[in-house]
Amino acid sequence: MRYSLLLNNPEPADVGITEEDMAPFREAFDAYAKSLDAAGVLVAAEILKPAEMTTTVTLRTGTLSIQDGPFADTKEKLAGAFVIDVPDLDAALAWASKCPGAQYGVIEIRPSAISFREGQWQEPG
Amino acid sequence: MAGTGLSTAEARARAESVARASYGRLLALLAAPTGDLQAAEDALADAFLRALTTWPVSGIPENPEAWLFTVSRNRQRDRYRSAAYRTSVPLEPDAGSSGAGPPGGTARRTGPRGVVPSPVGSGSALPGAVHWDEVDVEAIPDRRLALLFVCAHPAIDPGVRTPLMLQVVLGVPSERIASAFAVPAPAMAQRLVRAKRRIREARIPFVLPDTTVLKQRLAAVLEAVYGAYALDWRSPLPGARRVRAGAGMGEPSGADAGAHSQADADADPPESLAAEALYLATVLAELLPDEPEVHGLAALICLSLARGTARTASAGGFVPLALQDTSLWDREWIARGEEHLRRAHSLGRIGRFQLEAAMQSVHCARARTGRTDWQALLRLNEALVALMPTLGGIVSLASTLGEASGPDAALSFLDAANAPALEDFQPAWATRAHLLAEAGRATEAAAAYGRALALTTDPALRGFLEQALERLTAVPPSVDTV
Repeated sequence: MRYSLLLNNPEPADVGITEEDMAPFREAFDAYAKSLDAAGVLVAAEILKPAEMTTTVTLRTGTLSIQDGPFADTKEKLAGAFVIDVPDLDAALAWASKCPGAQYGVIEIRPSAISFREGQWQEPG
Repeated sequence: MAGTGLSTAEARARAESVARASYGRLLALLAAPTGDLQAAEDALADAFLRALTTWPVSGIPENPEAWLFTVSRNRQRDRYRSAAYRTSVPLEPDAGSSGAGPPGGTARRTGPRGVVPSPVGSGSALPGAVHWDEVDVEAIPDRRLALLFVCAHPAIDPGVRTPLMLQVVLGVPSERIASAFAVPAPAMAQRLVRAKRRIREARIPFVLPDTTVLKQRLAAVLEAVYGAYALDWRSPLPGARRVRAGAGMGEPSGADAGAHSQADADADPPESLAAEALYLATVLAELLPDEPEVHGLAALICLSLARGTARTASAGGFVPLALQDTSLWDREWIARGEEHLRRAHSLGRIGRFQLEAAMQSVHCARARTGRTDWQALLRLNEALVALMPTLGGIVSLASTLGEASGPDAALSFLDAANAPALEDFQPAWATRAHLLAEAGRATEAAAAYGRALALTTDPALRGFLEQALERLTAVPPSVDTV
């Protein structure tokens, strides 16, 4: 079963976090990703650039609309995602609770409904 | 209905007694491979329905539990085997027509293991769960503990954990749970459906967590069981539940207990949720015998329910502890409670439920000694509040302090507690009113009784408070109001 661990937290610049403050967390994230990888459960890990780098695209209104900025402005921003493949929610919870992002933000654990793997859409298995 | 001479009513009584003893065991096994509680409940309901039509004709099977499991399993297997099971009507199982043996049982198992495609995606059942085909129907394992941990999983809303346990472990109908929680039936049904969907979709595993996690989550399981007890602890102890509840104390369970409860089935009174909680607590004590708090909870519920009959006056009014006729207390249940408490104590780790149970035990001792040891109660209550400062514990301590050291000490303690939440807490006002009356401060007492009444919805409790208020205004005004 694939789960996405979605990291949400205030953006460092908004709360006065410096590069220096972030250094220990970089190391922690490095160790974290390596332990996920070593356990053979890591599918993908992406840490995102600040939300102001977001470009939003939609055809919801019938015409192509491209905008700068995120579609919803919230205090906590999506900061990154780890996609992991583990047997069940308890395993996902165990990994999520070790994520350095949980120290200063919240991690949402969302099960995958369906994934594109090996050339086709596949239900979780 | 030729052949067996068994009436439909008898078949129903027998099916119901098996249901009481085995519902959670069967459901735990049926739901484990897929995590789909709803589908398992549907299959089990079908099997019970089928028992009602089949048993009067073919006789009661030698092992009714195995029969029900096999029919339910076939029902689920048929449903999942059908490629378009979402839209098709489930197939009739071919089982059940060949007499009293388990229909389609072990001998007629359809095909080798693994032929039935797993219902979830590309072939993996939930890890650690026993697949239906691997269950030995003649010796059905007990996975209720895993089911209890699923119900109290941290990913499940705490408010729905108790209802979920009552429904899936004990088979209490959703409407009854709704009325116990004073929630409209459709709202409760929706909460239960949502919780079950969450269990299935997020894939909460149907296995016991490892020791570390188990210890972290046990408190939530106990809390949810306690929730069922707290909901109607004033109910009298129902006699018919003794057989089941005894299962946790080393008496025969499963099929053997079913034979006993058959005799009780006719005289089955409406069962209280507190009795269901006692059953869950004794199951937990049986399955986790080395956890002191589990015994503490079982002891607490035993000792409290032992006084159930004495709590209700013949007119249905509420009788407070101090005025209860101790000869109405159930000695057997007190003894069971004390036994749980002894076992808990021998494990050497104190906890909230053990302290509450010990307090109950001190109260129960009045039946033997004729007096209440208020000093012992005070020490226990102080330890409880130090460990877990709940509103209930603080109010209880004030009340104990009133008995041990007089109303003035109790009132200053209550004032010093300074918890804003006490302002809307009914027991706090009822206790304050009682203490003020004891202290001779009639006017303030009347105001406090008024506030307590405004916060009370239970008719029996209202009656009790109204009488106390009347008594207060009937006596001549005391010195402080002149």
